[in-house]
Amino acid sequence: MFALINLSYLTAAVCFILGIKGMTKPATAVRGNQLAATGMLVAVVAALMHQQIVGYETIIAGMLLGGGIGVWLARRTAMTAMPELVASLNGIGGGASLAVASSTWLNTSAAGTVPGTAWSIAIIASIAIGAITLTGSTVAVLKLRGNLGDSRRARQWQGVTLLCLLGVVAAAAVFVSSALECPLILPVLVGLCLLLGIGLVQPIGGADMPVVVALLNAYSGLAGAATGFVLQNQGLIITGSLVGASGLILTAVMCKAMNRSLPNVLFGGALGGNDAT
Amino acid sequence: MDLLVLSFTIFILALFVGVELINKVPPTLHTPLMSGTNAISGIVIVGAIFSAGSSEVSPTLAHALGFIAVTLASINIVAGFLVTDRMLNMFKRKG
Repeated sequence: MFALINLSYLTAAVCFILGIKGMTKPATAVRGNQLAATGMLVAVVAALMHQQIVGYETIIAGMLLGGGIGVWLARRTAMTAMPELVASLNGIGGGASLAVASSTWLNTSAAGTVPGTAWSIAIIASIAIGAITLTGSTVAVLKLRGNLGDSRRARQWQGVTLLCLLGVVAAAAVFVSSALECPLILPVLVGLCLLLGIGLVQPIGGADMPVVVALLNAYSGLAGAATGFVLQNQGLIITGSLVGASGLILTAVMCKAMNRSLPNVLFGGALGGNDAT
Repeated sequence: MDLLVLSFTIFILALFVGVELINKVPPTLHTPLMSGTNAISGIVIVGAIFSAGSSEVSPTLAHALGFIAVTLASINIVAGFLVTDRMLNMFKRKG
């Protein structure tokens, strides 16, 4: 049974690889997308068959609710609002990673198991990347819709970001060394990472948002891979790193198409450089 | 520890596959491709399923977070694939 489940994950991963491959050419793009969706179905069924799963009520309720909202969003959104929708879906995916990592940690700490260092680092990576994707995408959506103007205080934001980063590093150190003694460290870490996501995206100009969304897309894949390390699930690791790497390359390709360099997009605002654009 | 090394190996190899997959994408396909890979990153639903339906000791908060995770991941997957399909079909009619 266990072998069958793992083979199903492998099947799903092959579907994803062929699907992404298909989506890079106009002629095969539609079929590539359908193939990827099939892979997802295989992966979900495989996960549901796992022995560890006992209560199906919560899962089915969540799937019905999420699926309903998803169909509604996909039908209702105007074609011109696609970049915003993709960005917000990205943030939603990041939120899911964040929730999974937090839930897993709460479970483990309640069970009283002492976690290993590698496991703790994987949890931290999952929380940090998930949270940054969540709030970063939210800022990106607001900027794409024009609700949030470009910041003239890029330098202040840079300071806030740096402080957050230091805070996250400190919190992560506490988390690895003595997480079970102070359960409050989890909300602190989550809060700091959420703030860090805002600080990283806020100084970037609205015109560069498509590149930022592509980068955040890569992040959400990496968050999935980190979750795979937490749960020791090879299917998640393969798919997450696949999306992460292809997302990074896509970001580079988009930067090239816009005649910009990635560091310039990411730090141009914060460094106060006006040489570009 | 062996499992960790094995997982890490898979991680690095899959990164290379991901890099090799994307080359020479026409600019019109950038947004659909982004949306498609975004839908695939909804694979985290596998982790969400474990959080929501696991038989291990689970406090209410962990269970609630599992429910939230399943819901969010489902939105990501369903809307992601549907929207990608919509975008790609639009290209087909034009061309």
